[in-house]
Amino acid sequence: MKLKPKLAISDSGFIFDPSTGESYSLNEEGLIIVQFLKEGKNEEEIKEHFLNEYDIDETTFSRSYLDFISMLKHFNLIEHE
Amino acid sequence: MEKKTFERPVIKKVQIGMPSKFGLKSEYAPIKEIDGIPVKNLIEQYGSPLYVISEQTIRETYTEAYKAFSTRYPKVQFAWSYKTNYLDAVCKIFHQEGSWAEVVSGFEYEKALNNGVPGNKIIFNGPYKTREDLIKAIENNSFIHIDHYDEYYLLIDLAEELNIRPKVAVRINMDTGIYPQWSRFGFNYENGEAWEIIQRILISNKLDLVGLHCHIGTYIMVPWAYANAMYKLIDLFLGVEKKYNKHLQYIDIGGGFASKNTLKGAYLPGTDTCPTFDQYADAITSVIINSSISIEHLPVLILETGRALIDDAGYLLGTIHATKRLPDGKNSLITDLGVNLLFTSFWYDHKITPAQEFGPYTEETVVYGPLCMNIDVIREYVQLPPLKKGDHFVISRIGAYNMTQWMQFITYRPNVVLIDTNKNTHIIRKAETINNFNNLEQTPEHLKKIE
Amino acid sequence: MNKKLCIAVSGLNATDNPGPGIPVARSLRESEAFSDAKIIGLAYENLEPGIYMPGIVNKTYQVPYPSVGSENLLQRIEYIHEQENIQVIIPNFDAELHAFITNEKRLNDKGIATFLPTLQQYEERHKANLPAFGKKHNVLVPKSITIASANDIHKIRKEFVYPVLIKGKFYDAYVAFNEEQALMHFNKISSKWGVPVIVQEFIRGTEVNVIALGDGKGNTYAAVPMRKLYITDKGKAWSGISIDDDKLLKLTYQIIDSTKWRGGMELELIKTNDNKYYLLEINPRIPAWVYFAVGVGQNIPETLVKLALNMPAEPFTTYNVGTMFIRYSWDLIVPMEQFQILSTTGELEKN
Repeated sequence: MKLKPKLAISDSGFIFDPSTGESYSLNEEGLIIVQFLKEGKNEEEIKEHFLNEYDIDETTFSRSYLDFISMLKHFNLIEHE
Repeated sequence: MEKKTFERPVIKKVQIGMPSKFGLKSEYAPIKEIDGIPVKNLIEQYGSPLYVISEQTIRETYTEAYKAFSTRYPKVQFAWSYKTNYLDAVCKIFHQEGSWAEVVSGFEYEKALNNGVPGNKIIFNGPYKTREDLIKAIENNSFIHIDHYDEYYLLIDLAEELNIRPKVAVRINMDTGIYPQWSRFGFNYENGEAWEIIQRILISNKLDLVGLHCHIGTYIMVPWAYANAMYKLIDLFLGVEKKYNKHLQYIDIGGGFASKNTLKGAYLPGTDTCPTFDQYADAITSVIINSSISIEHLPVLILETGRALIDDAGYLLGTIHATKRLPDGKNSLITDLGVNLLFTSFWYDHKITPAQEFGPYTEETVVYGPLCMNIDVIREYVQLPPLKKGDHFVISRIGAYNMTQWMQFITYRPNVVLIDTNKNTHIIRKAETINNFNNLEQTPEHLKKIE
Repeated sequence: MNKKLCIAVSGLNATDNPGPGIPVARSLRESEAFSDAKIIGLAYENLEPGIYMPGIVNKTYQVPYPSVGSENLLQRIEYIHEQENIQVIIPNFDAELHAFITNEKRLNDKGIATFLPTLQQYEERHKANLPAFGKKHNVLVPKSITIASANDIHKIRKEFVYPVLIKGKFYDAYVAFNEEQALMHFNKISSKWGVPVIVQEFIRGTEVNVIALGDGKGNTYAAVPMRKLYITDKGKAWSGISIDDDKLLKLTYQIIDSTKWRGGMELELIKTNDNKYYLLEINPRIPAWVYFAVGVGQNIPETLVKLALNMPAEPFTTYNVGTMFIRYSWDLIVPMEQFQILSTTGELEKN
């Protein structure tokens, strides 16, 4: 799973896609996932972080994670492999 | 180390025209408890979905409404509109506060009697009263509000048959300057029909005409419409005084006051536009006070307000059953309560509030009920924080009509709980079970076996 | 007046359906009394041009739409007040007026002045109440009815001869030449602004407008009549000219005197060929072409702020006749960061 390479991600939770001119906003959890993806972390590593830091069970996290990734795909922010 | 609360990760496109996310934060402060009792505990104990009624709110709202009228007018009588919510416990709170009963069917009439309301404190309205209903009402000395000529002639017959002079009032419809004009109930003022029936009653002398009644519509946002109605009723009242030298006992202005719910299609929310009881009271009472009716013959002012007295006291608690991403990227929630329990969602944009803490981020959401029916939508579009499976939420202001117009469709109706003024909870209507339905059904012998 | 004032204005949307916020800010910037005031912009949307234009507002705060409830709006205003110490708010967005009018006292208690019509003045001039308004204040108005349902479109035929005007509660007006068009406009307007929708007699003649300011006691502090020279397809003035029309000015004084109007207003009238004036609408706020009034000699926002703060103010009595205004569009170059800061924090500093 790789993010599009040129996305500009700000610490305030704002993504700008220079190839389309679209902007997106994220909540805290979304921002963390996007930053991890940018660093090249995989789903397991991201999951581990959330299970350690947040009061959340594995199923609920995976469910939310999948939904979030589907939205990244929906907005064409994931690189096609 | 304490772990952080997890909210579903969300991304959304920044668009113009979208309300900014921070601006919505205060709109959605969570409702974690009702009258001091945690929503979580209520659901744990009584299940989800769950109707909750606050006795405290009912009594406070009634007091506020009663004060608004009684401080402006000396003779005020409320009559609880059974169709708005006829759970016995709810009715009895209103009766304890001093309300009479206002019923529109034989079923409701029986309910009122069962609740211990004396017959002479029951107002019987509506277009469909059967012969049996009317006999009962006449024998119990109730007030019968005549809706049409067939009813008038039936009453004349019954008066002779029973040798009792029934106490009646005439339901009047009229143009009060608002849309829509309710013209199907009662007798029309403008075309002279109302005056004609009044005269017939007085001349025949078989019925005891004691009052005038009107009910101009529902969810009336403009108090002046009531003032217009009152002018016309007083015109008839004075006409009776002048021509027949008779002083009618009461004027029943009906109900129809709005609640703070927001109607679909309205731009400003109901919390901003709903008139106060004081505004309604001012419009209505000033017309009587300023009329030429003499002080000693001022009629009792009867109010049949339903919605405005009970809506705020009712809550519907629910649980997110699933979240689902729609093909267009929009988020949807499948909840355990639908239009079967929230009939009013057909005309209100009900306020849905999560029952737990959440961040400032919201997303565009569709809220569905549990029914396998495309029309089962509670909100077509609402900005909500990212709720997840198992989260609870509260729909406020649902006390009116939902517990009478609910549908028993493919599932059971849930518990209804009352929180009393000492913060004790009581089930006032038990959740339905398969037995309730088995008790009513009978299978013919030849259908008992299906092999 | 050495203390630097802080004045908040909304309606920074100088688009093809412009709000008055930018011209109001500009008028204050060019005024004698308040040229050094700090001007705070209140924006509903993140692309309102006034947020990004140089020399208009010092700082913008995003505010929630009135449709989410006045309480949210008021809380946001109070938060901004804590940061900025606002002395005067000039609301310029129709849908927010109700909230500001009904919360006048709450704002006053916090030290924020407004200068708006009373709720009664605001309500009685509603388009739906125009016939009663005309009767009460002795002004000719076109015949109109309100309809709340598409089922009532057929009523138009009974009451009017087509064409008729179909108008929304807050905005929008379209001419309908037949029932199909009436239905189409009804659907469009009711879905956007809700019901009722107003159906109004179409009066033939020339449209004339007056911008005016009343002090709430019956006195007119400013009045400039204008005829629109060019109208956009949204019905907005793109160009106009100041006219010398005593009868129209007298009518304006009469309306302000009779209503005891407080605050800015715009009168929209039709002057018929036989020299009669039909009042079509009263906009209960400063209109978007207010800078034109400044340009012909009447700085209405400046006087409005003075009246709001109980400062001495002189009524304007003259203006230059035969001066024109022409609107134009202008492409502003905006760095992405500004949009980003506003969209994520809801605030943007701009000096």
